[in-house]
Parts: sequence; structure tokens; C-alpha cells
Amino acid sequence: MKHLITLRVNRQTYELALAANKTLLEVLREDLELSGTKHGCELGECGACTVLIDGNPFLSCLTLPIELQGKEITTVEGVAADAEPHALQTAFAELGASQCGYCTPGMMLAAKALLERNPRPNREEIKDALAGNICRCTGYLKIIEAVELAARRISEPPA
Amino acid sequence: MLRLPRFEYAAPHSVTQAVAYLRDGAGEAVLVAGGTDLYPNMKRGLVEPRLLIGLSAIPELKGLTQGASGELVIGACATLSEVARDARVRAGYRALALAAHSVSTPTLRNMGTLGGNLCLDTRCNYFNQSYQWRQSIGFCMKKDGDICLVAPSSPRCWAISSCDTAPALIALGASARLAGPRGERVIPVESLYRDDGIDYLTKQADEILVQIVVPPRPDWCSTYWKLRRRGSFDFPILGVAAALQSDSNGFVREARIVLGAVAAHPLTLPDAAELLVGKALSEEVIAGAAELAYRVAKPADNSDLTLGYRKRMVRVYLERALRELAALDRDSALRDETGAA
Ligand SMILES: Cc1cc2nc3c(=O)[nH]c(=O)nc-3n(C[C@H](O)[C@H](O)[C@H](O)COP(=O)(O)OP(=O)(O)OC[C@H]3O[C@@H](n4cnc5c(N)ncnc54)[C@H](O)[C@@H]3O)c2cc1C
Ligand code: SF4
Ligand code: FES
Ligand code: FES
Repeated sequence: MKHLITLRVNRQTYELALAANKTLLEVLREDLELSGTKHGCELGECGACTVLIDGNPFLSCLTLPIELQGKEITTVEGVAADAEPHALQTAFAELGASQCGYCTPGMMLAAKALLERNPRPNREEIKDALAGNICRCTGYLKIIEAVELAARRISEPPA
Repeated sequence: MLRLPRFEYAAPHSVTQAVAYLRDGAGEAVLVAGGTDLYPNMKRGLVEPRLLIGLSAIPELKGLTQGASGELVIGACATLSEVARDARVRAGYRALALAAHSVSTPTLRNMGTLGGNLCLDTRCNYFNQSYQWRQSIGFCMKKDGDICLVAPSSPRCWAISSCDTAPALIALGASARLAGPRGERVIPVESLYRDDGIDYLTKQADEILVQIVVPPRPDWCSTYWKLRRRGSFDFPILGVAAALQSDSNGFVREARIVLGAVAAHPLTLPDAAELLVGKALSEEVIAGAAELAYRVAKPADNSDLTLGYRKRMVRVYLERALRELAALDRDSALRDETGAA
């Protein structure tokens, strides 16, 4: 049996007919063709599929769209405001915080949720907020530095 | 893609409605709160429900409130993030704040609930694997097979109780409120568990855990220590919860010690706790209780790291937990690590 579901993704509304067992990850990548959200373990063990639901990081591989009606979902495609990249995107690119890039969408969304809640996080707070996202390339240091740089630029915009 | 098997989904709006769905589902219906335990298990073919009953739309199951006699009432669907950052939990129930904050990752704690944590399926290296993995090594009695691969001559399953919050809640004297077709009942959290890796809960199949009630503990202090390979993601391979009430001279009046992840159920240690009563927590007293805990704990070889190390660490972790409590006045001295979130 299919369910008629209304989803809000990146400020757009989608009407979908979905089987109950489809995860949000599958719907984003296969039905909405938003392939920025990555699939890694699909068991909750890596964080590659992280999206924001009403501003909080969630794992799309373990979330059912049927429970998300009326909520605002943000994927990496919704991070930039129109043509302007987000401060996190610029900082990740400048500092080499993204190598193969597989963890980057999830990292970026977890970091975005942190900066919205706490615009001036210290290093421990950054590590704590990113503790659900695994990166196999960077060794994490560049990612943490990129979040610090983005935080500085957001709270002290250049004159 | 590792997909979920097919199922039907119901979203009741009250506990009464959920109980009715569960009763009508007659053994083929399964409850789901955050899904962070259930969905990985379903993707691996470990649970195969025909009907999923989602609890996330039931207002009665949400949030934390203060009861009339000062007790803290936690809805079964309060998320672990909510529990870990709640000011009342942090100030009055330090063991619970630490345990909830130590579960998995910050993202999973936004999704996983306290009720789901207490009802977490038991875990085993031979069970939490893909269907193909289990098929190639031979199925075990917890799913699809008839022997135990950890202890082949054993008539029972030794899968491990791996939830972090149960030892803390038991040490704090919490109770669980269950609702079913025959009405409601309240039992100590400790009585929710059975020493069996397969039939690990005493909750009936048609009952729902609705609330966790923690009594006021104004002059107690408590802590939770967790052993695991990585500082994030990993389930406990040992959990130590300790709670004490002391008089103004530092003599222990009452104590509770509970171990997690060493058996199929949270292991309460009344003898080790009794050893502390009437005494001040000197190094000698602490060592005595830790020795007793070390002797009683008999972990099986079905989790991360080696068996001998895990057993030895029971002594070390209980010593650390009690030393920490010896230096603490009250729960108000909350360690930083429950911080951010
Ligand atoms: C990578 C990873 C790491 C993890 N690490 C840890 C860890 O370190 N420590 C830990 O304790 N857990 C860990 N978990 C497990 C899980 O995330 C948590 O235990 C979580 O709290 C489970 O809650 P949930 O709401 O998601 O449960 P669900 O998956 O929704 O449910 C779990 C079980 O409880 C039953 N259930 C749920 N709610 C109720 C209710 N109200 N009444 C009756 N039955 C109910 C369900 O039917 C199911 O059998 C981890 C999971 C993953 C994927
Ligand atoms: S303890 Fe034995 S029966 Fe239980 S899950 Fe492990 S191998 Fe299977
Ligand atoms: S793909 Fe979701 S956590 Fe790995
Ligand atoms: S950049 Fe490759 S996994 Fe992080």
C-alpha cells in the first residue's frame, strides 16, 4: 500500500505516493533526485546521510518520510542561499576540509546545526557536535578548522 | 541500497489507540519510537514485523515533567538529547545525564528515545550481522537457528543487555509505567528485565512503556562510567552505575551499584553495595566492593575486545566510579562532558 505524503525539502513542497518502508535517504536520492545526501553504511554507523529536520541533525537512512509531514527538511542542496555559497562551504573549500567529499554533506549539515545553536563554539564543542560523522580522509583537523573559520566569518563579517 | 523489508505503518494518536493496534496485530505488530535500534535490525532481517506502530505522534509519551511529590516523570518518547540536556536531570540525576549523553552519537540521540533505549534488543557478535553473514556461519537460536554459537552446549542465549540508561535508572531507583489491554501497572525498572538473551523483557507483548518515573534524590550522588573502543558511536562493553546517599560525616547510608553489558540483563550488585553501607569511602572500602563486583561479573565472549580485559575492567571502572563519588558532594558537580548538546 502506498501513502500520500507531503514533504517540505529545502523550502519546496513535494507531493509523493510512497510505500511505508522507503527511508528518507531513498526518497531524497531516488524520488527527488537530490543525490547530495550520501549513502554509506545505511545502519546509523557513519553519518554520511545526515540531514536537518527542523534544524536538528537526523540520519536519513533511519528515518521514515511518513513521520516527517509538516517538518522542514534541509539537505546539502539547501545550504547555500541562492547563488551565494554558505560560509561553511567556502571555508571547507579553502582549507581542504573536503578530500574525497563523501562525508562532506553530512559534516556540513551537522556543523550548520551547531553554528545556528551556538555561533561561537570552542573546539571541544565542535568535536562533540561532529562526533556522529566519520571521515576516512582528512583526519578531522581541517574540518574542525573550517568550522572555526566559518564561525569567525559569520559572527564577524568583513567590513 | 540496504532497504527495509515491506511493512504496513500505523500512527496512533493516543496510548489507548496504540494498545488497540498492538492487540489486533497479534504478535505480528512491533512498536517503533526513534527506530535507531529497530531499523538496523530490520534491515538485517533480525525482526520482520507485518505492522509497525509508530509512537512519535502520541503527545502523552513526550517530554519531561515534575510530579506532585517531586519525582521526575519522563515520557517514553523523550529523546536522549532532551534527557541529557534537561536541567533537572543534570542537577539531580547525574548518572542518568551521563548515561544518556554517552549513547551512540549526537545525531542518533536526537532520534533515539529513552523508552526505546530501555527496550533495546540484546546484542551479540553473532547476531548483529547481515543475513548473508549469519547464513554463512550458521544461524543461532536468537534468530533462524537452534544453537548458541558463543556457548554451543548452552540451552540458552547469552546476548548482552547493551543499553546505557538502564543501569543508571536502576541505581537511581526509577520505575517504569506500562500500559496494556488489562490496564496500567508500575514496576521497578530492574523488574523490566529477564536474564535471557531472547526473551529479555518481562513486559508483555501487548504492553507499551509509557513513562519512566525517577524518585526525588536530593541527598544522593551518582555517576556512570562506560567502557568502549571509540569515544562515540560504540555500544557499551561495560557500564557501571553507582548511586550513594551519605550522612553529613561522609558515611554511606544507602548505596546502589548496577553493571551494564556484562550479562543478558542489567546486573544489580546488592552485596558490593552493602559493603559500603555505614562506612566512609576509603581506598580500602572501594577496593573491597570492586573485588566483589569483579568476582560476580561473568561476561561472555560475544562483544568487542577480549573477555579477560572486559572482566578486569569491572574492577577498574567500579573503583573509578566510587573514587569519583567519594570526592563529590552532590550531583550538582556535574562533569563537563554532558555539556554542549
Ligand atoms: C551506530 C549506533 C550506535 C548505538 N550506540 C548505542 C549506545 O552506545 N548505547 C545504547 O544504549 N544504545 C545505542 N544504540 C541503540 C539506540 O540508538 C538507542 O538505544 C536508542 O535509545 C533506541 O531508542 P529508539 O527510540 O530509537 O528505539 P527503537 O528502535 O524505536 O525501539 C527499540 C526497541 O524498543 C521497542 N520500543 C520502543 N519504544 C517502546 C515503548 N515506548 N514501549 C515498548 N517498547 C518500545 C521497539 O519495539 C524496539 O523493539 C546505537 C545505535 C546505533 C545505530
Ligand atoms: S548468545 Fe548465542 S544464541 Fe544468543 S545471539 Fe549470541 S550466538 Fe545467538
Ligand atoms: S548511511 Fe546513514 S549513518 Fe551511514
Ligand atoms: S573527505 Fe573523504 S570521507 Fe571525509
